[in-house]
Amino acid sequence: MKPRKQKSQGLAYKRLPRRAFVLGGLQAVFIGGLAARMRYMQVDQADEYRLLAEENRINIRLIPPTRGRIYDRNGQIIGQNSPSYRIVMVREDAGDVDAVIARLSDLIPLTDDEIERAKTEMRRSAPFLPVTLADQVTWEDISKVAVNAPALPGVTPEVGMTRQYPRYEDFAHVVGYVGPVSDYDLSQIEDPEPVLRIPRFQIGKVGLEAKQEISLRGKAGAKRVEVNATGRVMRELDRQEGTAGADLQLSVDADLQQYAQARLAGESAAAVVIDCETGDIRAISSAPSFDPNLFVRGISVADYRTLTQDNYRPLANKTVQGTYPPGSTFKMITAMAALEAGVIGPSNTVYCPGHLKVGSRRFHCWKRGGHGTVDLETSLKRSCDVYYYDVALRTGIDKISDMARTFGLGIKHDIPMSAVAAGLAPNQDWKRRVHGQEWLVGDTANASIGQGFMLASPLQLAVMTARIATGRSVSPRLVRSMNGVEQPSGAGEPLDVNPRNLEQVRQAMWTVSNDRRGTAYRSRIIADDFRMAGKTGTSQVRNITKAERAAGVIRNEDLPWERRDHALFVSFAPYDKPKYAIAVVVEHGGGGSKAAAPVARDIMLQALYNGTPPLDAYPVADRDRIKELQKKLEGDRRPKARPSEKDRA
Amino acid sequence: MSYLEYTVKSTPSGFRKFLYMNWPLTLLLISVASAGFLMLFSVAGGSWTPWAEPQMERFGLGLTVMFIIALVPIWFWRNMSVLAYLGSIGLLIVVELFGTIGMGAQRWIDLGFMRLQPSEVMKVALVMVLAAYYDWLPSHKTSRPLWVILPVILILIPVFFVLKQPDLGTSILLLAAGGGMMFLAGVHWAYFAAVIAAVVGLIATVFNSRGTEWQLLKDYQFRRIDTFLDPSTDPLGAGYHITQSKIALGSGGWNGRGFMQGTQSRLNFLPEKHTDFIFTTLAEEFGFVGGITLLILYGLIIVFCLVTALSTKDRFSSLVTLGIALNFFLFFAVNMSMVMGLAPVVGVPLPMVSYGGSAMLVLMAAFGIVQSAHIHRPR
Repeated sequence: MKPRKQKSQGLAYKRLPRRAFVLGGLQAVFIGGLAARMRYMQVDQADEYRLLAEENRINIRLIPPTRGRIYDRNGQIIGQNSPSYRIVMVREDAGDVDAVIARLSDLIPLTDDEIERAKTEMRRSAPFLPVTLADQVTWEDISKVAVNAPALPGVTPEVGMTRQYPRYEDFAHVVGYVGPVSDYDLSQIEDPEPVLRIPRFQIGKVGLEAKQEISLRGKAGAKRVEVNATGRVMRELDRQEGTAGADLQLSVDADLQQYAQARLAGESAAAVVIDCETGDIRAISSAPSFDPNLFVRGISVADYRTLTQDNYRPLANKTVQGTYPPGSTFKMITAMAALEAGVIGPSNTVYCPGHLKVGSRRFHCWKRGGHGTVDLETSLKRSCDVYYYDVALRTGIDKISDMARTFGLGIKHDIPMSAVAAGLAPNQDWKRRVHGQEWLVGDTANASIGQGFMLASPLQLAVMTARIATGRSVSPRLVRSMNGVEQPSGAGEPLDVNPRNLEQVRQAMWTVSNDRRGTAYRSRIIADDFRMAGKTGTSQVRNITKAERAAGVIRNEDLPWERRDHALFVSFAPYDKPKYAIAVVVEHGGGGSKAAAPVARDIMLQALYNGTPPLDAYPVADRDRIKELQKKLEGDRRPKARPSEKDRA
Repeated sequence: MSYLEYTVKSTPSGFRKFLYMNWPLTLLLISVASAGFLMLFSVAGGSWTPWAEPQMERFGLGLTVMFIIALVPIWFWRNMSVLAYLGSIGLLIVVELFGTIGMGAQRWIDLGFMRLQPSEVMKVALVMVLAAYYDWLPSHKTSRPLWVILPVILILIPVFFVLKQPDLGTSILLLAAGGGMMFLAGVHWAYFAAVIAAVVGLIATVFNSRGTEWQLLKDYQFRRIDTFLDPSTDPLGAGYHITQSKIALGSGGWNGRGFMQGTQSRLNFLPEKHTDFIFTTLAEEFGFVGGITLLILYGLIIVFCLVTALSTKDRFSSLVTLGIALNFFLFFAVNMSMVMGLAPVVGVPLPMVSYGGSAMLVLMAAFGIVQSAHIHRPR
């Protein structure tokens, strides 16, 4: 190529270097600015950005603790954790959520409720978080989902743990049940633990599960995981194991409990068996009962309605929550108060003409013609009311009320169950405080036979009986050991009463079930080692008017069920060396000797023999009937045909 | 030789031209490109595929193109300027009519072996045509209105086409590069003052057009501006990129997280980590030290271009070299400002480092012209 001339330049050419330097300078300033910005971000603010980066990548995932199991005193399982299958869905993997759910609901049964709830949850949570579509899914449905996985993007089956109660109705009232944490639960807890926010985490709702929630729950572990931008876990960085919940061993004997539950079946009733030596609750049954597993998986509206509309109130725990006028079972307390006050001696008598005029009112004995001359033993044996009106008026209500508290009535026992009632042992002060009225002598007369204001729960009556039997302030113990650590015994200190007076009362109780004229003679135990002492009670739930009394009191059988008397019976056995105390209340069961005493005797024998008792422990006349009953209960009890665990309600 | 008259007898010929190349510039380009390979290797999770290896091949091709262009005398390229400009306009029209649509914009022509982005070619062609124009224009006419309007039209024609694609980022870069050329050529400063005033007015108008029928920008462009002004308003949506980018960059600290240890990029918190946001990855893994080093390398490239420009007496050579340097500067300055949260996300890659074929090839070709100007400079 031929060299050529370059064009001559003018003034503008001279201007170029200057302009170049200006522009270069501007660029240098800008580069300096970038460097300064970089320095500011990477040196001055590095720590903050580092923290944000760590927050981005590190996720703390809680490891839910394994809930403590619940055993009976012999190690039989009452509350356990069993695998449950559920179907979860990840929104971002699913793509068209509605279409996938529609396809899924063609495969497995999904309720509109479940779908709606899942969709709401999905809208609220991050797109990569799994949301439960269906819980407690059968194995068949799980396999259907697995087979159709390609058509169901984002849908995966998962195995979790759920609470299961293999004893069904037997322990519903004792152990209660668990359920998923609700918004209401969270609002009730101050500063709730993060583990409670795990979706569908189960906490105790009622009963022991609720009362021992903290011990049973354990401590959640945590793992730190590295996640990528879509939230997928890339690796686990470290893990801190939590601690599993404490295993609880109850003092209850599951077999005895099952027997008691079966024996009470058909009635609205409660029975409590206490170990006199330790306060251990051997059985604490409330009938009718319900299947707590229904509540764990979420009870259907229909099932719940059935339970709430039942006259026999299956959901109520009658053993601790139900309070009843103790009726004649309270007479031991009145007697002890009078003996301790020195108002009467064992041989002092009262004449019973069938009624006693107190103030302007006439108080009747249950026996129309009266009992004639009555001493302490006869008064209990034949349950004379007039005797107690008389001695109570001489003793005064305050002493009787104090004595009631000494024996565990009118005070709330510390037992980890829901809605434990304190009952009521009224005195003058109480009536002034609560009713704003003076205590009347008539009130004392009523209270002396366990009527009027007097209220006690079956548990309190059992404790009272155990205290009478041992002379110690026995207190109930439901949890025998926690994680293998024995809990304090409920044996208690000796009561502050004269042992000789207590012995008088016990002797009188012996005659109730062993003397031919005793009110519970027909429900006696004839095995000599296991002789039983007890007391019947029949508590009115209505007032008998003068007119009715004149025309003859209507028999219980002729009254509608809800107006019939409550039947009660308390007893302890063996008489010589008390082992168990029992209290039975049959709501609207009629007379204590007829409705409650046989039940109590049967349960007591079952406890004493630690299994089915031999027929020769029963009175000869009863044996055929008992044999039938034993056969029937045996049939009821095993084998229990139950729907498979995995079947969804 | 008389004043301003010289021959090119003194210019090297044949293979001696290699010795007279601007070697420091060549080495700087190789260093920067190598940093790119390293980062592409890292963001692929320690793998040469899918990015690092093709990038190296393209760089090899680019280097060859640069050498070939460098060996051709600079006056040939000056004579080619108008043709290059017209050709680029033609390509812009072709892309407008037949271009491949990607990322919501019509930007590429698929050539089979690579995707050509005509707006990239236009950046260099515009610089060339303006340099040739001012080389041709007698200097006393430089600031006369008529002779100012002509280059303005030359600038606005490609800007119009690029804006139609739509590619706001590149059109602004074209405007800035063209304006810079006019400034270097010595156009009276009063014109620039007037334009800056007009731009401020225009920006106000653009913002006022929002939501009306004659809306001047697309909705997504407005949203980008919103997000830029306040990324925290939408940290998981549109502001996500900037927020994550800043976190990655800041968390690098003084020394960085270590090669292939950047959590933000490795765990995909960073978007577009192999293209527009590659500097963030570098800053995260090599920290302030690494970022500053790259910035200095870039700065040195500008400096060596400036040296070439000022050491030549040829007006075209000076202008084209400075124009290419300015283009290069705008490239990395806008990209870095973007990832540091100083500018809106406009989709400008980091020159020589980001993964991408046509941008790198065009840049290498442009540096070929710079090399040619250096080799063939009148001494």
